[in-house]
Amino acid sequence: MGRTLAEKVWDDHVVRRAEGEPDLLYIDLHLLHEVTSPQAFDGLRLAGRKVRRTDLTIATEDHNTPTLDIDKPIADPVSRVQLETLRANAAEFGVRIHSLGDVEQGVVHVVGPQLGLTQPGTTVVCGDSHTSTHGAFGALAFGIGTSQVEHVLATQTLPLAPFKTMAITVEGELPEGVTAKDLILAIITRIGTGGGQGYVLEYRGSAIRSLSMEARMTICNMSIEAGARAGMIAPDRTTFDYLEGRPHAPQGADWDAAVEYWSTLATDEDAVFDAEVVIDATQLTPFVTWGTNPGQGAPLGANVPDPASFADPSERVAAENALKYMGLEAGTPLREVKVDAVFVGSCTNGRIEDLRAAAAVVEGRTIAEGVRMLVVPGSVRVALQAIEEGLDKVFTAAGAEWRHAGCSMCLGMNPDQLAPGERCASTSNRNFEGRQGKGGRTHLVSPQVAAATALLGRLAAPADLSSDVAVEV
Amino acid sequence: MEKFTTHTGRAVPLRRSNVDTDQIIPAHWLKKVTRTGFEDGLFEAWRKDSEFILNQPERQGASVLVAGPEFGTGSSREHAVWALQNYGFQAVISSRFADIFRGNSLKNGLLTVLLPQETVDQLWALTEADPTAEITVDLETREVRAEGVTASFELDDNVRWRLLNGLDDISITLRNEGDIAEFEATRPSFKPRTLPVL
Repeated sequence: MGRTLAEKVWDDHVVRRAEGEPDLLYIDLHLLHEVTSPQAFDGLRLAGRKVRRTDLTIATEDHNTPTLDIDKPIADPVSRVQLETLRANAAEFGVRIHSLGDVEQGVVHVVGPQLGLTQPGTTVVCGDSHTSTHGAFGALAFGIGTSQVEHVLATQTLPLAPFKTMAITVEGELPEGVTAKDLILAIITRIGTGGGQGYVLEYRGSAIRSLSMEARMTICNMSIEAGARAGMIAPDRTTFDYLEGRPHAPQGADWDAAVEYWSTLATDEDAVFDAEVVIDATQLTPFVTWGTNPGQGAPLGANVPDPASFADPSERVAAENALKYMGLEAGTPLREVKVDAVFVGSCTNGRIEDLRAAAAVVEGRTIAEGVRMLVVPGSVRVALQAIEEGLDKVFTAAGAEWRHAGCSMCLGMNPDQLAPGERCASTSNRNFEGRQGKGGRTHLVSPQVAAATALLGRLAAPADLSSDVAVEV
Repeated sequence: MEKFTTHTGRAVPLRRSNVDTDQIIPAHWLKKVTRTGFEDGLFEAWRKDSEFILNQPERQGASVLVAGPEFGTGSSREHAVWALQNYGFQAVISSRFADIFRGNSLKNGLLTVLLPQETVDQLWALTEADPTAEITVDLETREVRAEGVTASFELDDNVRWRLLNGLDDISITLRNEGDIAEFEATRPSFKPRTLPVL
């Protein structure tokens, strides 16, 4: 019987298979950041172990890094200690690191792909749940805990429980103004925050094949929001074209051998998935969340749902709690929900294509009075590219703040946070209570919806911008 | 890792679904570089509410958390497990756990027990009515016992063996050093390397 993409990558990495034991898998690439690694390095020190493969390991600073005054000492002493700890550990164990101020610094899931380190058919791990991002290249990529970080540092392997496979087949063309973000938010609402539990998702179908690498990364990034082990997309010409010529992409004969191997990875025609979900891309519209988990979403044209409309009692209670926390009334059109802040950035939507999309919407316009808009590129390279294209000027001319690269307001570990009660349209991945700051309220949106929302001061899509808006300053 | 064989303790019934790791331990606590000292961050936002179950005097010293479905969704932060353990929890019972959280818990000796929602409902009813009611989580017999409730639970044999013996994964894996070296020798040359490109 044929095998799926995920099964092929798994099989190619089995170091040891024995009855009654989990498979021991080899890890091709281990990404590190400052938050989930210090205790792992401590463990190595305690046991007198070293990093087995420093040549398969790379660290960046992203979660704690400030997005202003990066040339000054970091104001928060606790953040500073954590970053200094990573630097000291990298030096002691011989791990390559890209620190704040370095041209390759940025959000770990933006840096790996742009360096060409993330490649089809590889296994990629990081102490960060959004490692699923790298699945866009046909890599088996997943987030791990700190105990596993230590395990990979010491052994370059992981014992892993078997997974199930789920096909998410998206056919047809996405309508104008509907993005990868809208698609993945719709998928999560459809299958729920636990719908992917135990599964590796494979996104396939004509709508997926026509997506750029950036858009594919947005989709795979949020696989974890459906509870999935990982999300993957079969590598194709789009993947190879993105990789060719990147600093760590194979070269010469290695490139040819790699492409030949990568071309064998797609799911076989006779392979069977354990589950399948089919989505009609042509029926989708811009999608936003109204609640406090990413599965609580609705089309932008809908109203805030009535908790009583949920058949499942635990979902009903969750919806009641969410509306209370979010300060929303059932039945309110989502388009009438006013915001205080807009965040464009994160490992979900902080790549150059996302910034271009948001800039195209705000160009020549001014953001609504009283709205604070933060634009945080996913990496220094993304920032430099955006500056070269003049996007930074487009944002600042519209009244937005152009910041330095990092995770920033996606999780508010640095000073970029919402105040209690503030409402934000955010291109990030989680709308959990307090995620963007204590008491902050998050609506997950696409970069285009974020930009239109900043202009109108309420949840909106670019299509809502009538010509008179441009002069309404 | 500490061995886990059996544990008996009072319970905290937490009637909420989708308790994500940002609720278990908010991000600003993750700046710590140790595995200890997270107890005050556990459910920090909810603990500001005096009505919250963890704040009730009769729940002090409880060591078994009986949680709603989809417990531990969200980020991979192992700090969520450390926070529960630092606070004093030895076991968490739910009908559904997020994968990464479950993996993290079992690597730290925090036993996450999967039971059908009907059994969780029974345990909620029992421990809400009587805060002194005790729950026993027995890994040797793979059973949860409380007044009027005896429920067996599934746990992978290999994981159970590691927990019962308090074995850490790394030393087990390193016994297979030969397999790792052999695999490494066969890796194709086109595989990526992080060494700086000159």
